[in-house]
Amino acid sequence: MKTLKKTYSLKGMHCASCVRVIERALKKVDGVLDANVNYASEKAIVTIEERVKDDDILNSVSSVGYQALLANNTSDEEENKEKQKDLVSLRNKVAVSLFFGAIITWGSFPGLSNYAPDLFKNFFFQLLLATPVQFWAGLAFYKATIPALKNRTANMDTLVAIGTSVAYFYSVFVTFFPAILQKFQIEAMPYFDVASVVIGLILLGRFLEAKAKGQTSQAIKKLIGLQAKTARVVRDGKEIDVPIQDVVVGDLIRVRPGEKIPVDGIVTEGDSSIDESMVTGESIPVEKTIKDIVIGATLNKSGTFLYKATKVGSETMLSQIIKLVQEAQGSKAPIQRLADVISSYFVPVVIILSILTFVVWYVFGPTPALVFAILNSIAVLIIACPCAMGLATPTAIMVGTGIGAENGILIKDAQSLEIAHKVNTIIFDKTGTLTHGTPKVTDIVKVQNSKFKIQSDSEILRLAASLEKGSEHSLAEAIVKDAENKKITLDKIDKFKAVPGHGVEGFLKMDKVILGNRKMMEREKVNFKDSEEQIEKLETEGKTVMMIAVKNELIGLIAVADTIKDSAKEAIQILNKMRIQTIMITGDNMRTADAIARSLGISKILADVLPQDKENEVRKIQSQGKVVAMVGDGINDAPALAAADVGIAMGSGTDVAIEAADITLINHDLKSVVKAIILSKKTMRTIKLNLFWAFGYNIILIPVAMGALYPFSGILLNPIFASFAMATSSVSVVTNSLLLKRAKINV
Amino acid sequence: MDKVFVFIGGILGIIFTAWFFFGKKDEAVQARSESPEKAEVDILVKGGYQPSTVQIKKNKITTFNFTRQDENSCLEDVILSEFKIKRFLPLGKTVSFEIKPEKTGTFDFSCGMGMFHGKLIVKD
Repeated sequence: MKTLKKTYSLKGMHCASCVRVIERALKKVDGVLDANVNYASEKAIVTIEERVKDDDILNSVSSVGYQALLANNTSDEEENKEKQKDLVSLRNKVAVSLFFGAIITWGSFPGLSNYAPDLFKNFFFQLLLATPVQFWAGLAFYKATIPALKNRTANMDTLVAIGTSVAYFYSVFVTFFPAILQKFQIEAMPYFDVASVVIGLILLGRFLEAKAKGQTSQAIKKLIGLQAKTARVVRDGKEIDVPIQDVVVGDLIRVRPGEKIPVDGIVTEGDSSIDESMVTGESIPVEKTIKDIVIGATLNKSGTFLYKATKVGSETMLSQIIKLVQEAQGSKAPIQRLADVISSYFVPVVIILSILTFVVWYVFGPTPALVFAILNSIAVLIIACPCAMGLATPTAIMVGTGIGAENGILIKDAQSLEIAHKVNTIIFDKTGTLTHGTPKVTDIVKVQNSKFKIQSDSEILRLAASLEKGSEHSLAEAIVKDAENKKITLDKIDKFKAVPGHGVEGFLKMDKVILGNRKMMEREKVNFKDSEEQIEKLETEGKTVMMIAVKNELIGLIAVADTIKDSAKEAIQILNKMRIQTIMITGDNMRTADAIARSLGISKILADVLPQDKENEVRKIQSQGKVVAMVGDGINDAPALAAADVGIAMGSGTDVAIEAADITLINHDLKSVVKAIILSKKTMRTIKLNLFWAFGYNIILIPVAMGALYPFSGILLNPIFASFAMATSSVSVVTNSLLLKRAKINV
Repeated sequence: MDKVFVFIGGILGIIFTAWFFFGKKDEAVQARSESPEKAEVDILVKGGYQPSTVQIKKNKITTFNFTRQDENSCLEDVILSEFKIKRFLPLGKTVSFEIKPEKTGTFDFSCGMGMFHGKLIVKD
């Protein structure tokens, strides 16, 4: 028995005792195994057997006077609200601290202070302005530092808190006890400007970074925004608008021109042209008629039609896409590991370097040694920017997976996105991938001199179609469909058996009938040598030939041909230009395969490969040191897709979460394979540039802040400039990731 | 004389900093068992993860309850990359999710920027 866990939003709860009432009502529903109501979040989490309908749950809740709704993405709204609130508060803190910081700097900065009003030069006035900046605007730094230190960890905030506190408290000491310093021949000069401007600039950096970071996850928000709010459901013969959460599987839904399709389903009446670009990335509208699948969140262009809902809530294609993209954004790219290891040691190492700086300047530095030692050790703390390292990879992955989703390319995880850029060999499955996978019967040939007297082509077709009726192979479908079109009545076949990679067999009355390829005939010891010339001729035309034999005697040939997808040729051409080797893998014989490969420009063919051997072929090519991508339909090719370095599945229907695939292409355009590779290359380039910048920044500027250039050129880094550099460094990493949005992956 | 004091003080400060941050030993906290199939673990997000090392059992559905009490924006996301989980942690609220570890080993969990880390030990 399969159980599910579902979350419902609750309305109308006014006290904690409501919790028990609703829980009791839910637990009474047949098939509900557990119910957990949370008063604070107004949600019910219910563990149910699969058979329990949403309606049962909603009714049980309404029977006790409350309202339940299928929970949707309220957490995203919550996240948005909280982030917005944080941004406003951050903006205010930036404005106040930079304004006060500017006044203090005017009053204290050498040269500049000559033009400042006397009030601004007053140390007590500066203290008055610096204090709120330190303890109101900078409170977040202390709040993060104290628990971290209790936990014996440290972070970016620890560095800022220590650095600005040293500057602030030294300045307070100077303000109140200038005589003590003067006794040691140190000029009584406070550094309130350092404390305030550093806090202002770092908060400004954080504000800009937060704004930019918000944009990296825009793709998910856009996808969530695609969802229709209501559906026009036909219930009891009437059309009523219901909230999307209340639509159930089996509902008949009416869609008019210009309206969004609410959930996934199958057209039952009418036809229309539908813009699916927002989900599949396919720009040309698709014509839909009865029995065709429609996707929720796509746009109905021209006709009015009725369809039956087949997938609702979290099962819809859009929900699956959102989940997949969210999961990918939660994964980690292997390239990030080094940055992670360094980040975890970074802050304590910077604190150690800062102490070292203080000691070296105090012991060996010029006078006033104390001032140099303090300012330089503060500069070391302030300039260090572990954030840039931490942001380098995830922000680029978020933008990259988002662009993918917008183009109908769903990337399972960051690792897949990373490996895809190294791919140098792509194996394409033929049927259903390079071709449409819906073959048609092209030739029926009677075998002369057969001891059976076959009167007509339709007799061969009748026998073949009767036999193939039980098969699920795409070639079988073509034969059965052809017989149906010609209105041929089929015979009853006994003891039907499919031999994978070979063909099918069965009994018509007492006679054994077999249909299949050469291997099948050889297995059954059927002589087909006399027809070999004819078979070869058809195969050179790229057709798949099946032989039919009765009582081990060949009676006829049926040729079936699949049509090549329009996008295939162009995609192969581009890949060849990119110097990526293309290989076609197929169960067809070499001659048929060769005809198709030649017309596409594919140089290498793996023909006569049984479905179970495709995985081995992938491994063989990998053992030659190649990084292999396998492109298939994701169902028959699952083991080969899983074996490849990158498994790319061409999606079918509305099921996008293809388990074995690393990348799923929602549309059927083969150029999406090229787009996925280009996207991977561009994302990796952005990540490498980000990491280079983040590492380079710290490796170069920390020694400069320590005073490494001072002995040669007298250059020292003022902590204010250090904070400016720090603020720009993480912003520039996020901005570089956002630039990826402009990357052109269209081919 | 003061230089000697600063020199000795600095060296001691460096040794103390290294010991303070790197000499910490984490004791793994076991997830509490709710039933033979289910377990639960509460993690407080405050200056890092408390507990920062959690031990759970293979194939046992384990619910993680993360509560963030730290305003530091670095900690607003938690990432369990092995399980492809990234969750936003609203301040002061508990965010729960389930995982079912299918292989043994030690896996990392971290904040969005990879500054704070925790360990997830999966045992048979």
